Amino acid sequence: MLEQQLVNGVVLGATYALFAIGFTLMFGVMGVINLTYGVYFALGAFAALWSTQGLGLPIWAALPVGALIAGLIAVLLDTLLLTRLRKAKAPELASLMVTLGATLFLYAGMAAALGTEIRRFPAEVFSGGAYSLGDVRVGTTQILILAAAIVLMLALLALVRGSRIGLAIRAVAENPDAAALMGINGALMLRVVSFLSGAIGGAAGVLVGLNFNAIQPFMGEHMMLRGFAVIIVGGLGDLRGALLAGLLLGLAEVLTAAYLSSTLKDMIAFALLVATLWFRPLGLFGRAAAKRA
Amino acid sequence: MRSMSRRVLLAAALLGSSLAGAQAQDKAPVKLGAIEILTGPNSRYGIAIQRGFDLALADINKAGGVLGGRPLAIAYEDSAGAKEQALNAARKLIGRDKVPLILGPTLSNEMFAAGPVANERKVPIVGTSTTANGITAIGPYVFRTSLPEADVIPVTLKTAKDKFGIKRVAVMYGNDDAFTKSAYDVMKTSLEKLGIETLTTETFGSKDSDFSAQLTKIKALNPDAIVLSALVEAASGIELQARQLGIPEKVFFIGGNGLNSPKLGDIAGKAADGTLVGSPWFIGKPDAANQAFVNAFKDKYGGDLPDQFAAQAYDTLFIVAKAIDAAGAPDSEKIKDALIKVKHTGVMGPFSFSDSRDPADTSGVVVLVMKGGKFQLLQ
Repeated sequence: MLEQQLVNGVVLGATYALFAIGFTLMFGVMGVINLTYGVYFALGAFAALWSTQGLGLPIWAALPVGALIAGLIAVLLDTLLLTRLRKAKAPELASLMVTLGATLFLYAGMAAALGTEIRRFPAEVFSGGAYSLGDVRVGTTQILILAAAIVLMLALLALVRGSRIGLAIRAVAENPDAAALMGINGALMLRVVSFLSGAIGGAAGVLVGLNFNAIQPFMGEHMMLRGFAVIIVGGLGDLRGALLAGLLLGLAEVLTAAYLSSTLKDMIAFALLVATLWFRPLGLFGRAAAKRA
Repeated sequence: MRSMSRRVLLAAALLGSSLAGAQAQDKAPVKLGAIEILTGPNSRYGIAIQRGFDLALADINKAGGVLGGRPLAIAYEDSAGAKEQALNAARKLIGRDKVPLILGPTLSNEMFAAGPVANERKVPIVGTSTTANGITAIGPYVFRTSLPEADVIPVTLKTAKDKFGIKRVAVMYGNDDAFTKSAYDVMKTSLEKLGIETLTTETFGSKDSDFSAQLTKIKALNPDAIVLSALVEAASGIELQARQLGIPEKVFFIGGNGLNSPKLGDIAGKAADGTLVGSPWFIGKPDAANQAFVNAFKDKYGGDLPDQFAAQAYDTLFIVAKAIDAAGAPDSEKIKDALIKVKHTGVMGPFSFSDSRDPADTSGVVVLVMKGGKFQLLQ
């Protein structure tokens, strides 16, 4: 049973990590807690659903479509909501309130436009098969989630740490004014980051929607709570921290439900959160904010 | 003589005008209030109920309305599934719209907020979908037409024991919702009474989407069946994951009222096969009244099929209309006294209220089994 529970925990943790990594990237570079992030999660899932049902695409093609559409909408929303505030150098609280308002608006809009019915991927897309290895069973969607999460996270880390664009992004994160003096187009970099984090949020939505075969407009709301816990435990803006903290939270939740009591499961995220804020307020790896992205 | 005739004329005029007034008032609609979840994640319940009411409303008004020709009308308020909003809706319907009776709210949670207000203001409130324990204990003005879980679940569990010989079960329930929690309480008592052993009791949150930890634990205990109290979203996720984790199909689910929805088969597909639920109503019940209702519903709503919530709402409005007629006036107090005496045979079967304002008759309960993604009567 332990082996199966570890698999369960790693898969759950991978979805948390993937979700949180986009969220923390947004914060790390832009310095804004953008609450609309949960919306991209549902938008990605709906876009993938639409491309499998409407266009008849297979799921491996629907995943990038979902991510792409969520990413583009993220760029649009960021431009609409936050450009003015950035220009005015408004305090952080202002952007928090703006994105909070936008989130409520978007959830209500999605519910009105798409309905609150739970949707599912067509049966052809969702095979639901599983592999057995001794006592342990791993579903094909679980493998897909794990593989996609690992690939996306490695690709993002490689991009941010190993490419010229990544260098530019990190420069903007560290000091936007100095970066501008070096000839970096800051506005463009912000769009790139918006796109990347929206796309990751959208991809996470597709994968989670696929695993539980249930897609509805409010699916990101619940995830946001875990997302907050993960990015704070991992350190705000810390990509590697979010990755490890996501896995840690997934494992901790599953093992709590398995060996203590399932009633305590939901407490774990907040217990970890509080413990982190008390003992390691800068997150597990505790580096200074500007150096993280 | 002159003054006398003038007095007669005046009296005649007064009489005439009061008659005219009475006639005008006779045609004024009798407006009831309804609080349902019309937006948000649980709106499918509220909208099914609204559709049931609207269909019954059209039928009642086509047949001449209530009180000898006055049309019935319903003012809807949206609770969005939030008990605070249900509470405010009740205050508004009573204080501003001055309705003589309130239908709803949708969830038991909401009734525990809105019920006490209506009761205090002496306005009868009739839940059509509130199945938790203790609803009508709120007070003498709180009624419900839905069979409480306490009446349905024992029938389901007993049938499962008699027919499939289950001895050891695992129990799972959503612990953050009054409806699923109270169904669990009934399950627990009922399992004890039937002498079925509970191997473990696992909980989850109503918005969770990952249940693998609990299910892995259950799988290791190897139960005969899993008794599950959940709303349909969570229930679908649980059944899908149970099969994915390799819990064999012979370990079937026994559900509370939350699983009694065609959505279970739509979302969970084959994984839901074998699920047993008890239901006060079933779309395939062959009696003429029920089939006429199903067809009228399909016609009115573009082919959508009614569910249990629509059927309960449909019957409820007829029950309320009968009470208004028996009361002789749209007066809260008189309607309350008339409601308790109403007898009605609707699409759910025979109906009357018990002394505690719950449904008295459980002869309509049927046990259903899921096959190929659809519920059918258990043979």
